Amino acid sequence: MNKIIKKKNLNSQVTLMEIDAPEIARKAEPGQFIILRVNEDGERIPLTVADYDREKGTVTIIFQIVGATTMALNQLNEGDYIQDFAGPLGTPTNTENLKKVAVVGGGVGCAIAYPVAKKLHLKNCTVHSIIGFRNKELVILEDEFKAVSDRISVMTDDGSYGEKGLVTDALKKLIESGEQYDEVFAIGPLVMMKYVSKLTREYGIKTTVSMNPIMIDGTGMCGGCRLTVGGKTKFACVDGPDFDGHEVDFDEAIERSTMYREFEQQAREDHCRLFNGGVQK
Amino acid sequence: MANMSLKKNEMPSQDPKIRKDNFLEVALGYSEEQAVDEAKRCLNCKTKPCIEGCPVRIYIPEFIQKVAERDFEGAYQIISVSSSLPAVCGRVCPQETQCEQKCIRGKKGEPVAIGRLERFVADWHNQHGKTEVVKPKQNGHKVAIIGSGPAGLTCAGDLAKKGYDVTVFEALHEPGGVLVYGIPEFRLPNAIVQKEIDSLKALGVKIETNMVIGKVLSIDELMDMGFEAIFIGTGAGLPRFMGIPGENLKGVYSANEFLTRVNLMKAYQKDSTTPIYRAKKVAVVGGGNVAMDAARCALRLGADKVYIVYRRSEAELPARVEEVEHAKEEGVIFKLLTNPVEILPDENNFVAGIKCVEMELGEPDSSGRRRPVAKENSEFIIDVDCVIMAIGTSPNPLIKATTKGLETEKWGGIIADETGKTSRPGVYAGGDAVTGAATVILAMGAGKNAAAAIDEEIKKKYSKNQLIK
Repeated sequence: MNKIIKKKNLNSQVTLMEIDAPEIARKAEPGQFIILRVNEDGERIPLTVADYDREKGTVTIIFQIVGATTMALNQLNEGDYIQDFAGPLGTPTNTENLKKVAVVGGGVGCAIAYPVAKKLHLKNCTVHSIIGFRNKELVILEDEFKAVSDRISVMTDDGSYGEKGLVTDALKKLIESGEQYDEVFAIGPLVMMKYVSKLTREYGIKTTVSMNPIMIDGTGMCGGCRLTVGGKTKFACVDGPDFDGHEVDFDEAIERSTMYREFEQQAREDHCRLFNGGVQK
Repeated sequence: MANMSLKKNEMPSQDPKIRKDNFLEVALGYSEEQAVDEAKRCLNCKTKPCIEGCPVRIYIPEFIQKVAERDFEGAYQIISVSSSLPAVCGRVCPQETQCEQKCIRGKKGEPVAIGRLERFVADWHNQHGKTEVVKPKQNGHKVAIIGSGPAGLTCAGDLAKKGYDVTVFEALHEPGGVLVYGIPEFRLPNAIVQKEIDSLKALGVKIETNMVIGKVLSIDELMDMGFEAIFIGTGAGLPRFMGIPGENLKGVYSANEFLTRVNLMKAYQKDSTTPIYRAKKVAVVGGGNVAMDAARCALRLGADKVYIVYRRSEAELPARVEEVEHAKEEGVIFKLLTNPVEILPDENNFVAGIKCVEMELGEPDSSGRRRPVAKENSEFIIDVDCVIMAIGTSPNPLIKATTKGLETEKWGGIIADETGKTSRPGVYAGGDAVTGAATVILAMGAGKNAAAAIDEEIKKKYSKNQLIK
């Protein structure tokens, strides 16, 4: 059982929680994830570490309320406990020997991109951040990114905040203007990572993406998180979650992510009914 | 007077037509009368060959004599000297190739039903036993066990009985390893495993869940924390795939994922919220016990047709004969001498079928079994909407990757001698993590040997300059 130290709604769909987990906080690195279960009968879901405080012994998670589990998690408050919290899992993001990078975050993916940007900044690497959202209401972590970036572009799909356009538009502009990056980190929806990778391939810039497929155990046991990278089957939980964006078969990953779509929809509806006092089917 | 019947007392079981739709236990266990009658078949022979056949060397004739005398608790006490998990072994051990294979009654007729008697005794104890577990006198020496499967639990139990301060680290949220995530409820109910784990806790064993050793703590850090010896029993959890086209379609599972969703994540319960694909036609690829478990779970989740697709013939099926028989009785269809070459997609990239070729057996290969060879132009399609790959697993790499100086085989197995000693001083390993995927009882045997070796090493260390506390 791990205690929720702090809870903050970043927007109507995204919540931040600081969790008391000293052993994990001692070891966690950007790019790694935890697996949690909200309650006794809950599912195991992976969430990438959004931040950690080694001294306080806390790990920060940021999640989008999308399914029954994240809805249940969002019902908890400061002082409540999470049933299970295991980690840090996966391989840390490689931040060695980089002089100048672009960090691209999309939507709630910014929560994962932020610790990468922060770590690179602390290693005196020049960081250009591009963060994109559907609209102004959904913008998160802007101040945090600003604090660790040498340059920042905020993009919205509808132009209600920052610049109107996609993160790929902003990245292309920067590259075209002559910025030379050792590496691009792209973390966000699969479609976004696919198109960022497509763009950077044209310019021959090494690109790392963070995959977040369906998984159960997070230790290499179930194989549910498998994806094709460079023609080979890889497990996101132990081989990743970071992979070379130019090698990932995104179309397959996008397909696989919809395996339980109907099931999730049903669970979401049931859950909503439950909390609205309605009767479950 | 011994019971000279040539046949074992039959095991009462659920009717196949009924049990194929529920997750309740298939075998129901002997009554007291059946157990006593079966126990009287033991001749209590001088040579006791059955004990040799047991990886944890249970005093088999002795416990059977107690059953014959109706002293069931006495029988349990004899078993528990050697085994930490009797209710588990009585259910999942392949007795036909171990103790029962050696039984002299088997020379003419059937051997004594040792497994069924062991199960009876353990269940009797769990229901009626009143003997309180006495926590042994503590010797103050700390030992860490990594993994709470059969190897780890056995090692923990044996050391706790000797007074060691034992902590078991488990990566998942529930202890038991393959006993809880892999073996289904109808073969080994979770409540039985839980009881065995509770007995270990009563002996003073501490269990820490959600601890992924190799990530949250390394072997070296455990040593720094004062653990004087470490036993690695992390199993062979990494699923293998065939590498054929279509393996990443929606509706293709590793047996591990499928069974974990069903067992550990409780999709077998009617009101479970665990997502699982309830397919109507399922192909399970492989012929081992895990394949049988997956096939029989798929039936119970509501599939109309379940196929076992196996590339060799019936004689080579690695699963226990009993499991194969049970699967057949329940209606699982065996497609033998059949090998998948491709999984076919529908328009939404879900599984629409599995393309196979017919095989024939050629010359024996390195395993001594005749090698299956594809027949030319024999391709055919089995109409299925789900495929479960049960073709084996490899040892989990997490510990190997983070432990300097721990030598491993090329295929990932940790190198250890017969006492479990690895290339790192104070670090022992056993079970599937060393041998690759094998049986529960072999893992228990390895855990037991390692416990003895750890005890000896620690005693030796302290006998030189100070007495063991």
